[in-house]
Amino acid sequence: MSDIKVSINSLYKIFGSDAASMIGLVKEGMSKSDLLEQHGHVLGLDNVNIDVKKQQIQVIMGLSGSGKSTLIRHINRLIEPTSGSIIVDGDDILSMSPAELRDFRRSKASMVFQKFGLLPHRKVIDNVAYGLSIQGINKEEALARSNKWIESVGLTGFENHYPSQLSGGMQQRVGLARALATDADILLMDEAFSALDPLIRSDMQDVLLSLQEQLHKTIIFITHDLDEALKLGDDIAILRDGAVIQSGTAEKIILHPADDYVTDFIKDINKARVLKVSSVMAKDAAIKGPEIQDNVIIEDALQTVSQSGSNGAIIVKNGKKVGTVSLTDMIMAIARSTKNTDSDTVYR
Amino acid sequence: MGRTDLRDFKKAIDESFRDFTRNYGEAIENFFDPLLYFLIWLEKLFLNSPWPIVMASIALLVYFGSKSIKLTIGALFAFLLIGYLDMWEDTMATLAIISVATIVCISVGIPIGILMARSNRTQTVVTPILDIMQTIPSFVYLIPVVMLLGIGKVPGLLAVCIYAIPPIVRLTNLGIRLVDKDVMEASEAFGASYKQKLLDVQIPLALPNIFAGVNQTIMMALSMVVIASMIGVKGLGVPVLRAISNQYLALGVMNGLAIVVLAILFDRVSQSFGKRLQAHRESGHNV
Ligand SMILES: Nc1ncnc2c1ncn2[C@@H]1O[C@H](COP(=O)(O)OP(=O)(O)OP(=O)(O)O)[C@@H](O)[C@H]1O
Ligand SMILES: [Mg+2]
Repeated sequence: MSDIKVSINSLYKIFGSDAASMIGLVKEGMSKSDLLEQHGHVLGLDNVNIDVKKQQIQVIMGLSGSGKSTLIRHINRLIEPTSGSIIVDGDDILSMSPAELRDFRRSKASMVFQKFGLLPHRKVIDNVAYGLSIQGINKEEALARSNKWIESVGLTGFENHYPSQLSGGMQQRVGLARALATDADILLMDEAFSALDPLIRSDMQDVLLSLQEQLHKTIIFITHDLDEALKLGDDIAILRDGAVIQSGTAEKIILHPADDYVTDFIKDINKARVLKVSSVMAKDAAIKGPEIQDNVIIEDALQTVSQSGSNGAIIVKNGKKVGTVSLTDMIMAIARSTKNTDSDTVYR
Repeated sequence: MGRTDLRDFKKAIDESFRDFTRNYGEAIENFFDPLLYFLIWLEKLFLNSPWPIVMASIALLVYFGSKSIKLTIGALFAFLLIGYLDMWEDTMATLAIISVATIVCISVGIPIGILMARSNRTQTVVTPILDIMQTIPSFVYLIPVVMLLGIGKVPGLLAVCIYAIPPIVRLTNLGIRLVDKDVMEASEAFGASYKQKLLDVQIPLALPNIFAGVNQTIMMALSMVVIASMIGVKGLGVPVLRAISNQYLALGVMNGLAIVVLAILFDRVSQSFGKRLQAHRESGHNV
């Protein structure tokens, strides 16, 4: 399929001295804890299949140790898989020679790190230009291009500072600018904002989203923070013990969590901020009210509807009326339990 | 081993080494010729230049190395005193051999350190060799060096280098291995080649350690000056040796102090030079 940018197929990673001979056991279904206890090997990734769509933000989330970093490092082959395949734009990453792989990392996929990974001995401008200097682009052009990216992440004026002179949020802006400067179409972000304070983190999320509106990169974004996942992700995959236990849009996961682990994950979120009116859309001729777009979140819709004093709203998409939504349905949607549509599940 | 066996065993070793010397001694000597010429040239340069010029260049070097007026004035004063006390020629000879030894140690030691950092196997092989070089009494390796190359400047230089090279090798290796893993990973993720990682990331970030190694190497070279003079190296060690055998206290102390002065100068200048290379560390908080 042409709208798939990165395709991860049956990916397994086992850490340990004799990984190759453990793969059979894992494929037969041995669990992570059994593998560790009985054979002293760590199951990093367990049959991961993810298709990342072009120009979308694919979020991968999971608790600490679930294998998120391991997974994202497979995409640019910082870690070699035990078995499986990774196809980017039709090319198999795993069959690349060292030179081809370097080329792939230079021009196709760039990375932003949780701990920033900036070069402490280089100024901001030279850090941003780092990827370009590796490509062998001449200094003058590299600096000109870097300046542009420094501006777009809002760091103008700090070009000649060293990373240690900047706050964490600013350092990560440098990290982001460095990754964007190579013009790679894939951006790998491993908990890029996790080390930042909540407010700064939210700022950075906004920076990323507004850049993405212009740039349309394919972004693979790792996080353990559900709010971040919901805010950024077009698609979300949830990892546990190295296996993907659910993937899909935020709405799908919230409305139909696959199991208790996912239910637990999403129990504290504010659903009114995530669910869109389209998820509770009906066709009820009795409803009269203001017109709202189908991608408006319920929180905003509730406000509009209650201000107008009506019993619901008309949903429009691309200028056409596509359905209706009632006040009660919206309230039910954000109030009801997340496990299934009946209201009999109790929060734990 | 029986007594006769043991004697034969030692004899066999001695003889085979002597054969080796006979066959290859000259080739090895020729190999070191460029070094010898360089050392002689440097010595002559130091000795034949009028002393005010030497003094001025020392002051300049000290100033550019340390950016400290105080240290520069101190150095000038020390060298004036050395001249006044008639140790100028020996000091220049020592300066020459220390400079050459340092250059040799750096240009051999840093590459070895880099290779060690690159592979654990190299490290396990080289580390015990360095241990031996540092702990074995210097007189022991003087024997084969002298057998091979006789008495003179080159064997002296070699002896100094054998003794002084371990710190620079060790600290280069250590410095590279201590480079932040996250920074290395970032470099790798952007597609840096081995050479790019080495030159743009590892060496710059290992510089403080490498400089500490250079500094220690110079110190150790200086401490070898007396022993080296036993096998024919000119310099401050010669009068010290004479002082020992004739019990000239004042002569020994004066020349010894001159060595100390050189050591302090080298130490301060190379340390503050190393610090200044690390501009990014001075300001702000470290990560
Ligand atoms: N080099 C390694 N050798 C052995 N085990 C490893 C290695 N790297 C990771 N692991 C194991 O693989 C599992 C997944 O680790 P990973 O770092 O990918 O988790 P993560 O989801 O990124 O966690 P965090 O949120 O803490 O960063 C963990 O159990 C970890 O102990
Ligand atoms: Mg991680």
